[in-house]
Amino acid sequence: MKIAVLVYGSPTASSAAATAYRYARAAIGLGHQITRVFFYGEGVHGASALAAPPQDEVNWGQRWQQLAQEHEIEMIVCIAAALRRGVLNQQEAQRHGKSAANLAAGFELSGLGQLADAALNSDRLITFGG
Amino acid sequence: MILHTVNRAPGSHAALQQCIQALSGPAALLLIEDGVYGATPAFTRLFHRLDGTVHCYVLAADLQARGIDALVDGRFQVIDDAAFVQLSLDCDKMVAWY
Repeated sequence: MKIAVLVYGSPTASSAAATAYRYARAAIGLGHQITRVFFYGEGVHGASALAAPPQDEVNWGQRWQQLAQEHEIEMIVCIAAALRRGVLNQQEAQRHGKSAANLAAGFELSGLGQLADAALNSDRLITFGG
Repeated sequence: MILHTVNRAPGSHAALQQCIQALSGPAALLLIEDGVYGATPAFTRLFHRLDGTVHCYVLAADLQARGIDALVDGRFQVIDDAAFVQLSLDCDKMVAWY
């Protein structure tokens, strides 16, 4: 089956990123397809390339990058949620006159239309709240 | 059938109480993350209004992470991540309470 995943929770203040990641891995292990992961609200912090957690903690952004690369999963970050939290790609950094961009490789800024599309074109949309 | 997930501890957040008030069977209720504290005997009374058509589950990894896997009330079935995936596919829709 085709499954889309919605991550609302912050990677530092909630377990949402961890639970969603475990769910996605388990689904892939059972032969299902994760079509898209949509990061929304505080969840967008997981797409920052500048996060540098201590070595004894998990870097969930990197975990998602690896999983997405291995299984060709689209990782979409809500652009409005990202901009207001300081997660910018090169184009948005230039547009807003910022000195640097920090959107990690493998993530893409886009709009809520991508979430609606994921809900319409997947068999299930699974939400992990913050 | 709808799958309801709750990820907040009942002692510090109203998510579980609100979910139970809104629940009607047939439905599945899955406690995850800090929500797994709701599966301990201390909170049994919260579930009394649910009838047999609401099936209650709790996620094994989150119980183990909190050291309470031996304290689960008999109403709950402990499931692993793969069973969580299967449950989410067996249900038509999902509502996340958080």
